[in-house]
Amino acid sequence: MSDTVPTTVTPLPALPPARSPLALFFVKLFRDKPLGAVGGVIFVIFLLAGVFADVLAPYGMNETNLAVRLQSPSVEFPMGTDHLGRDVWSRILIGGQISMLVGFLAAGLATIVSIVIGLVSGYFGGKVDMLIQRMVDAWMTFPDLVLLIVVISVVGPGIPQIVIVLGLLYGIAGSRIVRGSVISVQENMYVHAAQSIGARTVYILWYHILPNIMPVVIVLFTTRIGAVILAEAGLSFLGLGVPPPAPTWGSMLSGTGRTYMYLGPWLALAPGLCLTIVVYAINIFGDALRDLLDPRMRGSQ
Amino acid sequence: MQAYIIRRLLALVPTLLFTSIIVFGSMRLIPGDVIDLMLAQNDISTGQDRAKIEAALGLDQPIYIQYFDWAAGVIQGDFGRSLWKNTPVSQQLAERLPITFELGFLALLVALSVALPIGILSAMRQDTAADYIARSFSLLMLAIPAFWLGTLVMVFPSVWWRWSPALEYTPFFVDPIANLSHMIVPAVLLGLSISAVTMRMTRTMMLEVMRQDYIRTARAKGLTERLLVVRHALRNGLIPIVTLVGLQAPLLIGGTVILEQIFVVPGMGMMLLDAVSQRDYPVISGVFLVVGVAILLINLIVDLSYGLLDPKVRHQ
Repeated sequence: MSDTVPTTVTPLPALPPARSPLALFFVKLFRDKPLGAVGGVIFVIFLLAGVFADVLAPYGMNETNLAVRLQSPSVEFPMGTDHLGRDVWSRILIGGQISMLVGFLAAGLATIVSIVIGLVSGYFGGKVDMLIQRMVDAWMTFPDLVLLIVVISVVGPGIPQIVIVLGLLYGIAGSRIVRGSVISVQENMYVHAAQSIGARTVYILWYHILPNIMPVVIVLFTTRIGAVILAEAGLSFLGLGVPPPAPTWGSMLSGTGRTYMYLGPWLALAPGLCLTIVVYAINIFGDALRDLLDPRMRGSQ
Repeated sequence: MQAYIIRRLLALVPTLLFTSIIVFGSMRLIPGDVIDLMLAQNDISTGQDRAKIEAALGLDQPIYIQYFDWAAGVIQGDFGRSLWKNTPVSQQLAERLPITFELGFLALLVALSVALPIGILSAMRQDTAADYIARSFSLLMLAIPAFWLGTLVMVFPSVWWRWSPALEYTPFFVDPIANLSHMIVPAVLLGLSISAVTMRMTRTMMLEVMRQDYIRTARAKGLTERLLVVRHALRNGLIPIVTLVGLQAPLLIGGTVILEQIFVVPGMGMMLLDAVSQRDYPVISGVFLVVGVAILLINLIVDLSYGLLDPKVRHQ
């Protein structure tokens, strides 16, 4: 029976063309997490609208025309005009640009701060960890908004100040998450191996620990963008954010414009709607990223 | 239990120390000088006056002595005087704190009465339409800024039905009904925005508890689903939920700042914003510190309540 050799060999199926890990990731995202993918797409649309806001905006952000003040939405003014006859659509676009700029810069800074504090606190442990963690405790005692208001009252409003303050605030809070994953990664055998052959600490942190906490860091960065955009809007709403005449989604809902909302209710809609949509999109995108990249964080928050 | 309380109190000391340093330090970062500000306000600017004021405020002392003087005052309830009104900050705080506390408490009631039933239902009916709706709702509430909701509630009922929320504050003990009819709108809005996180957490906890062996045993014994949830699952799911209430204290207090501003509630948030616009630094630091300490105390109470809810914690 052993001499029955198959005479025809079925040819192996052709190998699929090799795809980069990034492409594979996107395929997985769209297949397994369609809702999260939609969130990501919406976020990218907002991002592009922000980048090209200057080209897309039909009018200048502070171009006033009293002849067309408080016009309801029409073909010429898709989101109507405000009490000074400024085109709301143009202001929404420029406001979105500011939100995206602040969001990316502050979330980026926050992520770097989280990585530095988390690495030091998690890797060195012991007394260093104890001391840093008690400071983080104290810092996290304060409500974000109260801390922001106090610090801005001291340093004054402006985009650089807001980016730095938001970056520090969320960076310190997020360091807990980085610390947690550093502690679990450094128990791996390859870290002990590197330590025992006398690798320098900086080398270990950079080449062994950091690459392995990247999933956590990417998720942290994404979700922070949403949080930062909301915080900036809240501050601008209170008049402590990006100073006028720059339009931001938060400041468009506050100040003198508020009294005209009773005459032009559309003024109350667009900025809040944009904020809600972009933050919602980032949140569901971040949730999907978390599920795909970092199974340990699943279900938290 | 007594040893447990003492241990918790001791653990609070380093955090309190750092908290006070953050408050003190942030006030020292002020560009220019408090004195320049005071001199500008009072139209006196000779060098002699400057030295006098410096000495009177203790600003000629080394920084650590200044800190200890300040801390010693704070411990005795002396937060300094408002630069603007010249009344003691502590007096203002005593008037405003209960108002914010009331708003926060009402909002918490709203949040829990929305989040607990929906969160439990969502877990019991995991992956059904009801679960999806509940989860989408909570994700949406996470994204909607409270100040936008507040703006909508102010603008649209007024445009459509000529109705707008009451904006006049009446103390509770003068006229409870007028007080509540003013507070209820901001409390509901704040409660809804807080409920999103609580709902997600409740759902996760209930799912975790429902997978435990003793639940399976109870179910095998033939308990009704109702008894199972109420007697067995909820009792163990409650502890993490109580923690969550503690964790949300900062969100709750932070949220009151914006809603107080929109609905003209004269609480601590409004006091803080007024002080910021007048650059009244003793008031700012007073509110800052009280908020921090209030949150620490809320978390302490939460920790202590574990001891009551869960005998395992007490004996650790």
